[in-house]
Amino acid sequence: MRIRAAVGRDGIVEVRVLMSHEMESGQRTEAGAVVPAWFINQVTATHNGRTVMTAQWGPAVSKNPYFAFKFRGGKAGDKISLRWTDNRNETRTDEATIA
Amino acid sequence: MPYGEGRREFLKTGGGWSLVAMLAAAGMLPSAAALADWNQAAFDGKNVAETLKALGIEPATTSASLVLTVPDIADNGAVVPVQILSRLAGTTRLALMVEKNPSTLTAVFEILPDAVADVATRIKMAQTSNVVAIAVAEGKVYSATKEVKVTLGGCGT
Repeated sequence: MRIRAAVGRDGIVEVRVLMSHEMESGQRTEAGAVVPAWFINQVTATHNGRTVMTAQWGPAVSKNPYFAFKFRGGKAGDKISLRWTDNRNETRTDEATIA
Repeated sequence: MPYGEGRREFLKTGGGWSLVAMLAAAGMLPSAAALADWNQAAFDGKNVAETLKALGIEPATTSASLVLTVPDIADNGAVVPVQILSRLAGTTRLALMVEKNPSTLTAVFEILPDAVADVATRIKMAQTSNVVAIAVAEGKVYSATKEVKVTLGGCGT
């Protein structure tokens, strides 16, 4: 994942994330056969050990998902961690430092 | 713990959820709440009313304090930028729906106490359709709707 996090006005941290994932919709066919759905369905953002945002996604989120969100209470130098789980129960976690 | 392919294999062979649950119990994952089950019924919904019901929330009334930002025209339905901003006090949940997609619900965001009800992502749209943003704030449900004209559908991607 590429994670950019920065403290903006009013001490609100803006986080922008790019994830690498096929996000296969389950609607597409290849040589007459339906390509099974394969997509990130849960995302969790954690700041210093506390969860600040969670999301449930369907297969209609675009390939290589972009996700931007904001939260309060973070400062420069803190760690922000993002974790996704897909419908095959694979998971990935990445961390970044707030600028 | 290494994040490489070895770990993926380990997870695959380790029995999926049971291993995740084990790690959670051992305090190695951030939060039990984050492991709430994916709402299959909601993501199977074929219209807004059905989807709201599956999410366990009431029908919505429109609100100008809920701002949905989408392009008027999307040349490529595979990548349509969407932003939802709720200025409603006490917003705890945001949802994003596309009326004419094969499944209506695209995403649900849980706005935890320190989060700001302002999220953005990119979505796929099969065809020209209304896009609906839903906000739950202090137990009430609000919506904002905008039509996006899709030139090339993103269903096959």
